[in-house]
Amino acid sequence: MTRRLMEGSEAMAEAAIAAGCRFFAGYPMTPFTELLEGFAKRLPESGGACINAESELEAVGMAWGAVATGARAATGSTGQGLSLMQESFSEITRAELPLVIFNMARGQGDYYQSTRGGGHGDYRHIVLAPADAQEAVELTQLAFDLADRWRNPVLIYGDYLIAHANESVDITPRTYPPLPPKDWAVDGTLGGSGESRTVNPLGVDKKSLGIDPEGLWNRLQEKHERIECEEVRVETGFTEDAELVVVAFGSVGRFVRHVVREMRADGLKVGFVRPITLWPFPSEAVAAAAHAAGRVAVLEQNAGQMIDDVRLAVLGAAPVVAIGGISTDRSGFGVGDLLNPAAVRGRIEGALSTGGNFR
Amino acid sequence: MSDILPTSAPPSVPAKKIAGFKPDLLMKENHNLCPGCGEPVALRKLLEAIEAVGAQERTIGVIGIGCYTSFGSGIDVDLVQALHGRAPSVATGVKRMRPETLVFTLQGDGDMVNEGLQEVIHTAARGESVTCVLLNNGVFGETGGHMTATTVLGQRTKNSLEGRDAGYHGYPILIGDLLAQLEGTAYAARGSVHDAASVMATGRMLRRALETQEKGLGFSFVEVLTMCPTGWFIPTAEGPDYLDKVMGSVHTVGELKRKAHD
Repeated sequence: MTRRLMEGSEAMAEAAIAAGCRFFAGYPMTPFTELLEGFAKRLPESGGACINAESELEAVGMAWGAVATGARAATGSTGQGLSLMQESFSEITRAELPLVIFNMARGQGDYYQSTRGGGHGDYRHIVLAPADAQEAVELTQLAFDLADRWRNPVLIYGDYLIAHANESVDITPRTYPPLPPKDWAVDGTLGGSGESRTVNPLGVDKKSLGIDPEGLWNRLQEKHERIECEEVRVETGFTEDAELVVVAFGSVGRFVRHVVREMRADGLKVGFVRPITLWPFPSEAVAAAAHAAGRVAVLEQNAGQMIDDVRLAVLGAAPVVAIGGISTDRSGFGVGDLLNPAAVRGRIEGALSTGGNFR
Repeated sequence: MSDILPTSAPPSVPAKKIAGFKPDLLMKENHNLCPGCGEPVALRKLLEAIEAVGAQERTIGVIGIGCYTSFGSGIDVDLVQALHGRAPSVATGVKRMRPETLVFTLQGDGDMVNEGLQEVIHTAARGESVTCVLLNNGVFGETGGHMTATTVLGQRTKNSLEGRDAGYHGYPILIGDLLAQLEGTAYAARGSVHDAASVMATGRMLRRALETQEKGLGFSFVEVLTMCPTGWFIPTAEGPDYLDKVMGSVHTVGELKRKAHD
């Protein structure tokens, strides 16, 4: 294992290329820009292409074409840029294409956008939320595997801290079980044979008699239910005897993990649950921790979005209190006063002592 | 061109079919578009051009959203179905990952010139080695005859009932002329399918565009003016004349750019 000190963005781009990513298209936007720079620098020398697209609409379109050929490809932006891409995300999901998407978000206000599909129609993306650069590297590589395995887009929810902090990371390519062949991908070779392919969001091939939207959507829903059963990832700590369990994800989850360990050292009975997959949401782990502790606090850097999933998981068995909130710097890039161990400890201690705001 | 019969007057003898009209890459002879539609003619010429350059087993098409979307189930080349307006970007991703293939897009004027104008302009500006084909009938045919960015002044559509008025609706975009000005565009042409001679000429344009791509000269573009009597609210038989006189007088037919060719 070789560890290198790298900026998170650079490490994620390297990890993607190590995982076989050969195409990237994006449009600069803070704090996503450095990820685009990483791909622009490294992809051409790896036999791939990185296109500085004219808009996010075009970036996602280019990535769509690239994944349709069977290549591993990705696009990304901040949540704002991803808003522009949502129409394509929905159709790409319906076309069952293994696109990887990076959201280097400005804070955590894109939780709904990421986990609720974000665009039109009934669909889901697998959403991976790393807490630090090393986990971002591992989840980037996992994302390409999951995308190919499920033929479904996978979104990585990063942020300003993960994008810009320099950390020690190991980018050795991971190995995963064999994947099914991409016999659906277009390469042009079957033209004129009567067996040429079509990659489309309608669920049809060239022999289909008309479209069958209900059949396609039911098939996708069945796939998404299987993903919910098989792909949940979560980190928990100190939940066995906790009197309060704190749920947090991403960089905020990293602060919470640190503060909970400190509080434990001081004899305070708190635990944490950190969803690594935001979708599928680790409902069972949250419910189990909530039942054991009897009280749940959700610390997220937004007006209260993940708390909906926590409450659905707990189903009224324990009070769930919001102890996070909007916290940003003057630029709006999502690094506010809340991202501070003392501030996080203050919020958790408040919930522990008063029970907090039981909305 | 001695093999073309004059179409200005009725033939003196009944027409006789002497050869099949179906290109090998067309899987079925029937289409489900309206009588008098020009799009199936343009499709046939495109497939013939692919066969003429010998690219049957290395072609990938990207199809937009419009009446012509239904061609996707009937043509025997690998296809990617794109969103309305987005085909040039999707084609870019395809071509960058499969540079050995011949990549074309098929879009209508609503798709290319309304929804996706910046896509095709930037794809041309990048000199992307793809061939974009526009089926231009000046209306949204599939929604029932609404004004597009290429509708000519005075043309009546469902949302320009008194005719397109420059002061109220603005001017049509001559997309072929626009694209021809870009350095990345190596070939641009505007053809038509309103009579036999223009069908033949359009076939030559499509072939030259594909050859431009094969030679790696840059972006290539063919606009084909197509009849839409349903969307124009005219009798089917008047479609070709209307196309020639109303659309053709503004969107002038001919080669617009031929860079370093031959």
